[in-house]
Amino acid sequence: MSETKKSDVTVPAQASAPEAENDVLLKVQGLQKHFPIRKGVLQRQVGAVKAVDGIDFEVRRGETLGVVGESGCGKSTMGRVITRLQDPTGGSIHFEGKDITRLNTAGMRPLRRDIQMIFQDPYGSLNPRHTIGSIVSAPFRLQGVEPEGGVKKEVQRLLELVGLSPEHYNRYPHEFSGGQRQRIGIARALALKPKLVVADEPVSALDVSIQAQVVNLMDDLQQELGLTYVIIAHDLSVVRHVSDRIAVMYLGKIVELADRTSLYESPMHPYTKALMSAVPVPDPRRRGAKSERILLRGDVPSPIAPPPGCRFHTRCWKATEICKTTEPPLLELRPGQQVACHHPESFEDQAPQDTVLLTAAKEAAELVADEVLAESAETSAAVAAEVKAHAEPASEEVSKTSDGVSKTSDGVSKTSDEPESTDK
Amino acid sequence: MTELSKTGAAVGEPVKASSDAPTAFLEVRDLKVHFPTDDGLVKSVDGVSFKVEKGKTLAIVGESGSGKSVTSLAVMGLHKLGARGKNVQISGEIWLDGKELVSAAPDEVRRLRGREMAMIFQDPLSAMHPYYTIGHQIVEAYRVHHDVSKKVARTRAIEMLDRVGIPEPTKRVDNYPHEFSGGMRQRAMIAMALVNNPELLIADEPTTALDVTVQAQILDLIRDLQKEFGSAVVMITHDLGVVAEIADDVLVMYGGRCVERGPVADIFEQPQHPYTWGLLGSMPRIDRETSERLIPVKGQPPSLINVPSGCAFHPRCPYADIPKGDVTRTVRPELTQVGTGHFSACHLSPEDRTRIWTEEIAPKL
Repeated sequence: MSETKKSDVTVPAQASAPEAENDVLLKVQGLQKHFPIRKGVLQRQVGAVKAVDGIDFEVRRGETLGVVGESGCGKSTMGRVITRLQDPTGGSIHFEGKDITRLNTAGMRPLRRDIQMIFQDPYGSLNPRHTIGSIVSAPFRLQGVEPEGGVKKEVQRLLELVGLSPEHYNRYPHEFSGGQRQRIGIARALALKPKLVVADEPVSALDVSIQAQVVNLMDDLQQELGLTYVIIAHDLSVVRHVSDRIAVMYLGKIVELADRTSLYESPMHPYTKALMSAVPVPDPRRRGAKSERILLRGDVPSPIAPPPGCRFHTRCWKATEICKTTEPPLLELRPGQQVACHHPESFEDQAPQDTVLLTAAKEAAELVADEVLAESAETSAAVAAEVKAHAEPASEEVSKTSDGVSKTSDGVSKTSDEPESTDK
Repeated sequence: MTELSKTGAAVGEPVKASSDAPTAFLEVRDLKVHFPTDDGLVKSVDGVSFKVEKGKTLAIVGESGSGKSVTSLAVMGLHKLGARGKNVQISGEIWLDGKELVSAAPDEVRRLRGREMAMIFQDPLSAMHPYYTIGHQIVEAYRVHHDVSKKVARTRAIEMLDRVGIPEPTKRVDNYPHEFSGGMRQRAMIAMALVNNPELLIADEPTTALDVTVQAQILDLIRDLQKEFGSAVVMITHDLGVVAEIADDVLVMYGGRCVERGPVADIFEQPQHPYTWGLLGSMPRIDRETSERLIPVKGQPPSLINVPSGCAFHPRCPYADIPKGDVTRTVRPELTQVGTGHFSACHLSPEDRTRIWTEEIAPKL
């Protein structure tokens, strides 16, 4: 979003270790959040909704991380867990190098001013019985902060900052439109000068013209105050506009994590590709360009019993036997682009020669235009050939993996080192 | 049906209220829907005209409160329902297949509703009755208009569920709405709307509550069904991506009035109204890499009780001062033709509009 962060984006994880450590504001490892399902008189746990099921990512200082996915993929739960509004079931969260996973309420309180949240519903997130002044000054009250020049003056300054008038101090939420309420929510989140702002669908309840105003406002505030954002949204166009890096979630897992350009220009996970292609492009001339579109059939499977192996294999047109049995790890296949897939797009296949899952392929193939299939086959073949030509030792690993399914899982982890050597 | 669809795009001359026989399948002339309230008269729709031919799709776009939903409810004759509906004032004409609906008896409209015209709502969960099974509700919709046994109607319901892509329709027909996912509920509602093969389908934000992948499925389904049955479709949406995807013609509403309408290609490639420019500029694009700022429409949508004088858009229009004098503040602009089937209600001269669009707006999009 801002020019200042561009440098951070281009520096992937290879940056020297101590520097990278300083750079990371939030580090999440193996994060899980399961909601128990209880039944019977004894309220015995009979299962769990695995809303977030083992995700790893980092948020660097000053950047915007976008999180996208269909409803029910766990993106909102992830947001609530990293802000510790809900307790994680497993994994760890480090904020500025400090483990905050198990901090209790009192332990979290000093950190609350550094981590703030902007909510989706501008109607539900403001108490209708409080004035705007009392809503925006609540953070000062709770944290016992006495800002310079008094609370009222500071609140009025914040209201001006987000494009409202200081006279709105004594008004009530119902006197404001949706866009204005969202601005109030933003003013409240910014009151204590947080370091990290987690915004859960900040603009999805707003009209397009108002949405653009709020997006621009968040952009300006980030530049002015050096904020770090985690923006959770389902609108891929908005996410492309605001994010530096983007995580794509599917059924509680991150399937792809990459910088904006790589993700939108050359998505590597089939799910990302399908998701991108489903967004209607506001250009009537491109209508009916069916060859570009991949239509996923059916709905997202239930997070109570997610499919084994790769969670996307039930809807994936590239699925093979290994996808059913082995979960693909999230690997950095290209610099700055992490993908969890056995058969990534536009890249050498991680498990070539594997038996194609006929059922899934049959169902999916008719939905995927032949051009798409041909193109993806072509590119992965081309990339594979290139890799073989350039890196002889590596290609041996690849041929090993093709021998059998059982070997592939370690083959995958070995081949992951290739791109760095070959891409140079 | 197919012969008719050849007659092509729907938006003709701006039609004056008169009782001339209509030429299009659906023709709305100078429709006004006003709601008297304690705070004043809410002019939700204030003089809107359009035509839709069979087999064609008209998209109505605009912000919330621009009157797009009320327009569609008035066509369906549903504007009288609800708390404010009793003393609603409606004028103008709505011609559906040669029949005038505004002056028609409620019984007559009821006979048409569901059979000749049907509607898909935004939120399928609140549009369906939670107490009855999906099958029951589709059967009911069918038997209201067809004198058949329950068994025949049930077969028809299963056939429709299958047609809209519900898996295992024979089992699913006995499910309740809460047992369906959002996308499936929307499919079931489409099945319900189409069970009587209506010739006019009105879809009010049919995909707004859905994920993009499901949205793509539903849009595809509507398009296929339209091809199959040759229905006319009125699609109400605020998503210009959906418009580009599905519409033949576009009607842009602002403050209860139509500010621009024309063929979809013209609206996207040479829009002639500053509000349309604003909509295009506010929209982040997925197909472009831009770090540039969006160009939002400043200010808030107008109140429908005190619609700004003159051009309703003038308080938010960056070009309101270009026309000489205070014409933008005092005179309401009429729709004037700017191209084939393309109309715009703006005081800017055509030269100014072309210049601003090509020099200032288009390069930034």
